[in-house]
Amino acid sequence: MIIHKSRHKVVVFFIIFVGVVFFLRLFFLQVFAEKYKQFAEKNVLSRKIIKPPRGLIYDRNGKILVSNAPVYDLMVIPAQLNLEDASELCDILQITKEEYEEKLSEIKKFSYRKPSIFINNIPLETYGILQERFYEFKGFFVQPESIRKYPYEIAAHVLGYIGEVNKEEIESSEGYYLQGHNIGKSGLEKVYENELRGVYGEKYVLMDVYNTEQGSYLDGELDRPAVTGTNLLSSLDLELQQYAESLLKGKKGSIVAIEPETGEILAIVSSPSYNPSVLYGRDRSMNYNSLAADPDNPLFNRAITAMYPPGSTFKVAMALIGLKEGVIAPSTAYSCPGGYYIGNLRIACHAHASPLNLKQSLTQSCNAYYCHVFRNVIDLNTFPSIYDGYNNWRNDVIEFGLGQKLGVDLFNEAKGILPKTDRYDKIYGRNRWKSTNILSLAIGQAEISLTPLQLANFSAAIANRGYYITPHLVKSYMDEGRQYGKKYEKHLIQMDTSKYRVVIDAMANVPRIGTAIRYGPYFKAYQICGKTGTAQNPHGEDHSVFISFAPKYNPKIAVAAVIENAGQGAHWAAPICFLVTEYYLSEAKPSEGTRWIEDIIIKGVYHPKVIKRVDEITIVQEENATESETITDENSE
Amino acid sequence: MQERSYIKNIDFLTTTLVIVLILIGILNIFSAEYSEGNTKWIDFSSSVGKQIKWLGVSLLVFVVVMIIDVRFFINLSYPIYVITLLLLVATLLFGNEVAGSKSWLIYGGFSLQPSELAKFGTILALTRFLDTTDVNVSKFRHYSIAFIMVGLPMGLIVLQNDIGSAIVFISLIIVLYRQGLPGFFLFVPLLLAILFILALLVNFLYITGILILVALFIIYLTTNRKRAIAISVASIIFATAFMFSVDYLFTHALQPHQQSRINVLLGKDIDLQGSGYNVHQSLIAIGSGGFSGKGFLNGTQTKFNFIPEQKTDFIFCTIGEEYGLLGSVVLLLLFTSLILRILYLSEKQKFRYTRIFGYGVLSILFVHFAINIGMTLGLFPVIGIPLPFISYGGSSLLGFTLMMSVFLKLELEYRHYFN
Repeated sequence: MIIHKSRHKVVVFFIIFVGVVFFLRLFFLQVFAEKYKQFAEKNVLSRKIIKPPRGLIYDRNGKILVSNAPVYDLMVIPAQLNLEDASELCDILQITKEEYEEKLSEIKKFSYRKPSIFINNIPLETYGILQERFYEFKGFFVQPESIRKYPYEIAAHVLGYIGEVNKEEIESSEGYYLQGHNIGKSGLEKVYENELRGVYGEKYVLMDVYNTEQGSYLDGELDRPAVTGTNLLSSLDLELQQYAESLLKGKKGSIVAIEPETGEILAIVSSPSYNPSVLYGRDRSMNYNSLAADPDNPLFNRAITAMYPPGSTFKVAMALIGLKEGVIAPSTAYSCPGGYYIGNLRIACHAHASPLNLKQSLTQSCNAYYCHVFRNVIDLNTFPSIYDGYNNWRNDVIEFGLGQKLGVDLFNEAKGILPKTDRYDKIYGRNRWKSTNILSLAIGQAEISLTPLQLANFSAAIANRGYYITPHLVKSYMDEGRQYGKKYEKHLIQMDTSKYRVVIDAMANVPRIGTAIRYGPYFKAYQICGKTGTAQNPHGEDHSVFISFAPKYNPKIAVAAVIENAGQGAHWAAPICFLVTEYYLSEAKPSEGTRWIEDIIIKGVYHPKVIKRVDEITIVQEENATESETITDENSE
Repeated sequence: MQERSYIKNIDFLTTTLVIVLILIGILNIFSAEYSEGNTKWIDFSSSVGKQIKWLGVSLLVFVVVMIIDVRFFINLSYPIYVITLLLLVATLLFGNEVAGSKSWLIYGGFSLQPSELAKFGTILALTRFLDTTDVNVSKFRHYSIAFIMVGLPMGLIVLQNDIGSAIVFISLIIVLYRQGLPGFFLFVPLLLAILFILALLVNFLYITGILILVALFIIYLTTNRKRAIAISVASIIFATAFMFSVDYLFTHALQPHQQSRINVLLGKDIDLQGSGYNVHQSLIAIGSGGFSGKGFLNGTQTKFNFIPEQKTDFIFCTIGEEYGLLGSVVLLLLFTSLILRILYLSEKQKFRYTRIFGYGVLSILFVHFAINIGMTLGLFPVIGIPLPFISYGGSSLLGFTLMMSVFLKLELEYRHYFN
């Protein structure tokens, strides 16, 4: 066998050859090829987004209006399941075994290794039971999610709601939002989205092959904590808002209350409304659709979006403009022979003493008087043409914050309607119209339309005797105990302060001896100054309008109310403003002497045709409303 | 046996290499298992614990082998071979199926993989046969007998559906080659394998072209041109026909999933969900180890279970990831040193039985080493065979220890034997 002795060299060669090949391969893999290191990081590194708690919204006294509440989604990773008998789990979840199997097989089709939602938003009690028994149900776990909670279920229009971001919102956010994130969709949630949302944190974690967390990466060096959203201190007065909403139950219309000195909105009600909680949770889309389909349009925020002719409340503006332009003096008196007559035109007026001076004309709401004032202003001989006269008048109106956007911190604020001259050119032709053609404007009718917010703000401007602060809903931000205010613009009205005196005196008389005498005297303790309005509209019964502020000196609250199709201002809007004012100003709320008025307002049905309980969608159904006594005499006039 | 043999004279280098390899194995089994929440070393329910228990059993075997007369194995070569064959048959009849292979005999708490013992039995019998004075494996009759001796256990293991273990037996060709088997048997299969791969990688006509050029060059160099031309023409025709049929069979006879497996291996295709997953994860683990590795217990791919079968067949990934190129090269050196040391000791032996037996042991070690590491490095198809001394598994450790012990004892006993 000696001849084969050298054959061992061949074997040695093979062994060394394999060793060298392995060495080269290892060298290539471990030193040259960078991609394997990246693959490895991709394998194990997972960037987790930590959602910050959204900022809370407080009322002006620090009571929580919007908070966060945890809900729990039951998740499952099919790959980790080792449940032999699911019947116990099914019992806890209150589902049948068939449902269980069906759900699971659907999820398995989607992903075997990744967590999927098994049941979303499980009840808290179920969560409690499950939490103690998760060790038995391997593969299942619970993922906490946060939803918005409304302890008082009020001010739905203002607070708004949040919802999942849509495609456009993701694209325009430059990478901030990802699929499944929430964003404010309306109201303050939308306006203050950037403040409320906080800053997303990120955490790098190591994941094993089953996508289970195995600890932090680089000892958390790259992690960023989530920053809690900024809390909002709103200007709303929780109790006043609740009270105002209760007054409008079953009615269509709105109430806006403003603190004149600061422009802070104390209450803002649009009725019909809805319970903000219904826009969260499992039935969200169903509820949303039924709200959107409701013919009474509960999603519509009348307080800032609906436009109504101001009716006689506009006479206050007319009086002030007349004084400003110097076409009348407090002593100026006009007679009223049951209306204003010029040519074939007649603007009717109701029965009252005649002639009336400025103060009396406001108190009695004389139409003829303001037709005179309007014509005096527009046709002033210093103006070369009607266009100059009209524009001058129009600018005076705008200066009061009427017929323009006020810049309240809500979306969809309406501008109102205050026609420009070209509107009349279109109707009558260029240079073919005169003050008499547009005389209805003098008494707040025809082409002019204003929002309840503008009316309340106007009232606040009078209360302030010549200025208003941009009305707003958020007073300040609050971050970890630090509070910093927001600045709002002060708008000065170019007019001598003394000119307000006679107008305010007149307004003080309206509830005492004027058009709002029906309920006014019962509230005399609060020195309410107001003005009634009855807005004619082509769609049905007149709207009941009232603006007010109180007390007369050093006013604390300005209120405007518009009640749709409710008839005269004195009958509905006025007592509502009085009650709101009383509620805000009095210690004992509501006072014994006015409780019967409150009863009439709350239980009253002012127009059977339009009554519809629109709160049916709220969780607690209140069905006794239609059974309540009907006050029939209110509409007899 | 002219001199008293003491255990202290046992070959130091070989023993040390084996012990170091086993320790490396335990360390890495611990590391591979660490992720599963097991952080204790001595816990007999864990894989490390079990491996340590098997290490104890192996030590016992080692001691027994050292104590008993080595002629026990020499004389009982055939009976042991027959017993292992019977065990294989018994496995086929009564065995338990684990992961698709019916290769386990389980009796009570004791489980055994007879194929591991069959390697030992086959080496013994083959050695005994080749050691017979008038046997000459260059003769057809003799090498046929040798082939049958190897083929029998192989066939039984194939029937168990354990292709990996069966392939290991092919390595015994090395033993026969050393003893005089015509080189044809070693080189032709190798060349065919190379042609096979080339045929799948590139169009076979190119290769035929290259072969013609090579043949012309050889013909130009040789003196006996007629014979060279004849051989060249025959070879080229055969090679071309072979490659054509491979190509044809590959595209027409194989199922798509089989094609994909081969494509993945050849690097023509990446199929991460299917057959490529193991290898891809293995490459990621090894590749991410870099030059010096991530450190003991710091391998993320290892810890988070990205690699299936990591404790057993893919144990090398752990070493690659946690100890990097340095650690891997150390392991390569340890293995090649061990194999070459056995080869050296065998060649030095004047006692033929020891030499042939040594070649048997080194062939089996070498093929395990080559295939196992080859597959983790993506150079060889995934065939489930363990890395000797390192991979988790009692039967494998016991089988290799038995072979090594017998070889060391033989080497010690007949170190000063003169023919």
